Amino acid sequence: MFVFHLFATEGGLFDINATLPLMAIQVVVLTYLLNSLFFKPVGKVVEKREEFVRGNIMEAKKKLAEVEKLEADLQNQLLEARSEAAQIVNEAEKDSEKLYKEAIELANSEANTSKENARLEIENQTSSAREQLSQQADALSELIVNRLIHQT
Amino acid sequence: MNLSYFFTNFAELEVGQHLYWQIGNISIHGQVFLTSWILLGALLVFISLGTKKMENDPKGLQNLLEFLWDYIRDLARTQIGEKVYRDWMPFIGTLFLFVFVSNWGGALIPWRLIKLPSGELGAPTADINTTIALALLVSLSYFYAGLSNKGWKYFEYYVHPTPIMLPFKILEDFTKPLSLSFRLFGNILADELVVSVLVFLVPLVLPIPVMFLGLFTSAIQALIFATLAAYYIGEAVEEHH
Repeated sequence: MFVFHLFATEGGLFDINATLPLMAIQVVVLTYLLNSLFFKPVGKVVEKREEFVRGNIMEAKKKLAEVEKLEADLQNQLLEARSEAAQIVNEAEKDSEKLYKEAIELANSEANTSKENARLEIENQTSSAREQLSQQADALSELIVNRLIHQT
Repeated sequence: MNLSYFFTNFAELEVGQHLYWQIGNISIHGQVFLTSWILLGALLVFISLGTKKMENDPKGLQNLLEFLWDYIRDLARTQIGEKVYRDWMPFIGTLFLFVFVSNWGGALIPWRLIKLPSGELGAPTADINTTIALALLVSLSYFYAGLSNKGWKYFEYYVHPTPIMLPFKILEDFTKPLSLSFRLFGNILADELVVSVLVFLVPLVLPIPVMFLGLFTSAIQALIFATLAAYYIGEAVEEHH
């Protein structure tokens, strides 16, 4: 049932004839056909899409960079605002402390003056009271002396 | 149909028989052209269907064709290089598709059911004429690629890096098409023979794994042929410094 014809006079495995050039022509024709039917149109679509995707990625990258820049800007502004606020708070604290000290000083000095005044008045009144007392004592002693003299 | 008749008929094997067509006083192997026309016709129909309505969002067949295109582009680009791969991509792709469709068509379609007056239908690549034609086309194209890219400086390649290489490089120009054609021819023919003999000896189950192996070999041979063709072209256009 097996029939091998390797180098038969007519035919055979290695029978090279006009099939070869005709097949070569057929493959060349096929190359042109496939080029116009397959490689060119598919390549156009694929490359268009790749271009589109690449453009989109570029645009997205550009936008991302912009966003990052803006974010950094905002961060900067935020930092600045924070430091400014801290400064303002600091100043306010200093101011209030100063005011507090001033108020305390004022109150202290006022208290001191009123104390001094009171002391002076007390002193005045004691001295005047003493004077009155000594006058009255003088008058009484005179009266006593007079009475004693008149009785005798 | 009588079953035993079917099987004996199916398993009958004739190697080296051809269906001769006479055109004038030249004769050609008709069975090779018949199968190649059927397979290439199917390929062209498949491709025209897939590229009929190209959309930006690929669907169905277009997806497959785009994958194929990308695969062939990668193959051509890695072997030939960024600069000229575009010029050679259709040729490399055609070689790949032709060899692949021929091999798989020869292995998958039960050609033997169709009786011919002489010889039998099979993979077009199992005929030495086809593979030599392909290999010679590759030789021509790498010469053309080298000469058109570098002019007469292409022949510096033969004495690169030393003139001692000259005889070997000249010998290579003959061994390249020889190895290309005989590798493909031998692999596909051997695969067909193994399957046929096994089907003849054990017509049940056993030939199936060998058939799968044959499909694998067929695909690999197509890839090898296209890759080597691209490599030879890449070698010819490569710049030496």
